[in-house]
Amino acid sequence: MADAAATSPSAPRRPPPRRETGPLHWAHRRFFNGAHNVVLTLAIAWALVLIVPDLLAWAVLDAVWTGPDSACRSAGGACWAIVAEKYRLILFGTYPYEEHWRATLAMAIIIVLAVASGFERFWSYGLFAVWVVALGAVFTLMFGGVLGLAPVGTHEWGGLPLTLLIFIGTVVGGLPLAVLLALGRRSELPVVKALCVGLIEITRGVPLITVLFMASLMLPLFMPEGVTIDKLLRAQLGMIIFFAAYAAEIVRGGLQAIPYGQTEAANAVGLTYWQRTRRIILPQALRIVIPPLMNDIIRAFKNTTFVSIVGLFDVLGATSAAIQDPEWVLYAPEAYLFIFALYFVFCFAMSKYSESVERKLATGRNF
Amino acid sequence: MSDEPDKSRPMIELRDVNKWFGDFHVLRDINLTVRLGERVVVCGPSGSGKSTMIRCINRLEAHQEGSIIVDGTELNDDLRRIEAVRREVGMVFQSFNLFPHMTVMENLVLGPTLVQRMSAREAEERAMALLARVKIPEQARKFPGQLSGGQQQRVAIARALMMKPKVMLFDEPTSALDPEMISEVLDAMVELAAEGMTMMVVTHEMGFARQVADLMVFMDDGEIIETAAPDAFFASPKSQRTKLFLSQILSH
Repeated sequence: MADAAATSPSAPRRPPPRRETGPLHWAHRRFFNGAHNVVLTLAIAWALVLIVPDLLAWAVLDAVWTGPDSACRSAGGACWAIVAEKYRLILFGTYPYEEHWRATLAMAIIIVLAVASGFERFWSYGLFAVWVVALGAVFTLMFGGVLGLAPVGTHEWGGLPLTLLIFIGTVVGGLPLAVLLALGRRSELPVVKALCVGLIEITRGVPLITVLFMASLMLPLFMPEGVTIDKLLRAQLGMIIFFAAYAAEIVRGGLQAIPYGQTEAANAVGLTYWQRTRRIILPQALRIVIPPLMNDIIRAFKNTTFVSIVGLFDVLGATSAAIQDPEWVLYAPEAYLFIFALYFVFCFAMSKYSESVERKLATGRNF
Repeated sequence: MSDEPDKSRPMIELRDVNKWFGDFHVLRDINLTVRLGERVVVCGPSGSGKSTMIRCINRLEAHQEGSIIVDGTELNDDLRRIEAVRREVGMVFQSFNLFPHMTVMENLVLGPTLVQRMSAREAEERAMALLARVKIPEQARKFPGQLSGGQQQRVAIARALMMKPKVMLFDEPTSALDPEMISEVLDAMVELAAEGMTMMVVTHEMGFARQVADLMVFMDDGEIIETAAPDAFFASPKSQRTKLFLSQILSH
């Protein structure tokens, strides 16, 4: 019997069966595939018919785009004029009006560089140098006091530049700290381990608001007489520690996922602890944790809004201040919608970028 | 350096080595000497301590009693001694343990460039020569995940050889392989043996053992039960346990 099987002609290779295509087939597969899907599709279509025209009329057709507040009062739609009227205050907060160009330029430098840093072709040690120079330029622009620029103290900083600076500072300062905390928590040295566990657990055990209050109110009490730390810097330190405590646990999860054989192989080759950690363990661990880490980075962007608690006017805080104007107070929702859109653009861009990094790193390195 | 290698020089010495995992006595009074150029094959049932013993030799596991001396360096908690021994001892693992985020070439040059400060060019030349020797030079730019198990294990052998080790340890190098890939790995090991490398191999491949071993070591329950030259070992094992083990693995 085995002989017969061995000598029979092999089954011919065939192309896979064709799938029917075209808009009708597509609609059938996606929307009208079975009775319950037909009901669901029709119900959702009906809900859209009810909602969309009214929404469109309010947001676009009947909306007021520019003009004084009186124009809004007589209109039936949204009052986007509040954004046109208040955008300088919203975007720059208490930064001196005639110096707004400096804050704009600083923001542009940060955004352009952040976007450029996303492209693999720019990844090199040179990029670090560019960042150092660029941040130098950003702080020169924001602080002034040199090159004929009027000095502007951090207590006057506000709006989107402040949000972006705190965010960049949190991630740039927080990520390395998170990695060190995660490594320290797995250390065999008892003192290092206890310090890292303590810092992580205490920070995770309290709300961000408490950390910020601690940083801005308690920290000065521990400073020697006459030494003061800038309020923005204090808040920044609080944000960094809070972010690092959470991110450390994410990084630790990645470290935990690396098979012990990797450590053994690195040891057998003769690598030291830091060589092994930097070349073998961290590259693999960080790759695994890109999705949750990006989640935390996006949250860090939104957590910048908490600094208004300690009297710093980030872009949301500046908006809240802008709508205090009694003539425009009715149109606060429109101003907030504008801010929502602004946050969404930044967060969605980061989310998409994280997806593309995952895809890139997945190619050819299946493990 | 003398031209004639000193065949009596001990490369690995284990003297009264004892080790426990918790309360479990995993190595009991192990005594074994491996001399320069000698090929030792260690076999025994699973859980007999053979992997643990071989892993003690480059301190992936720490022994608690007795002494382990590798080419004159006694292993203890001193990190410099451990690193010195690891520079001289290459190891090949059952599950390959290649670095999956690096290409084959990067896997090979990492150790020499970091640990021995070899120049990148010299390391790459050496890597290509070794890849040619294990017959996969065309895979240099691929990632380990794109290679078959047999190819990965041959890369792992090349990676260990990159450090110009004086001793090679093999911890069940063919146990994780599909059957059709075992011979390509064994061929590379036979070739290495023919070049005079000092080798210690934990394996169940008795054909390989007959072909290359100078000494057979049989372990059971944490003890070395029997050591003998391969001819005597296979023809007339002295211990009952050795006979039972050989009958179990050679029966089919």
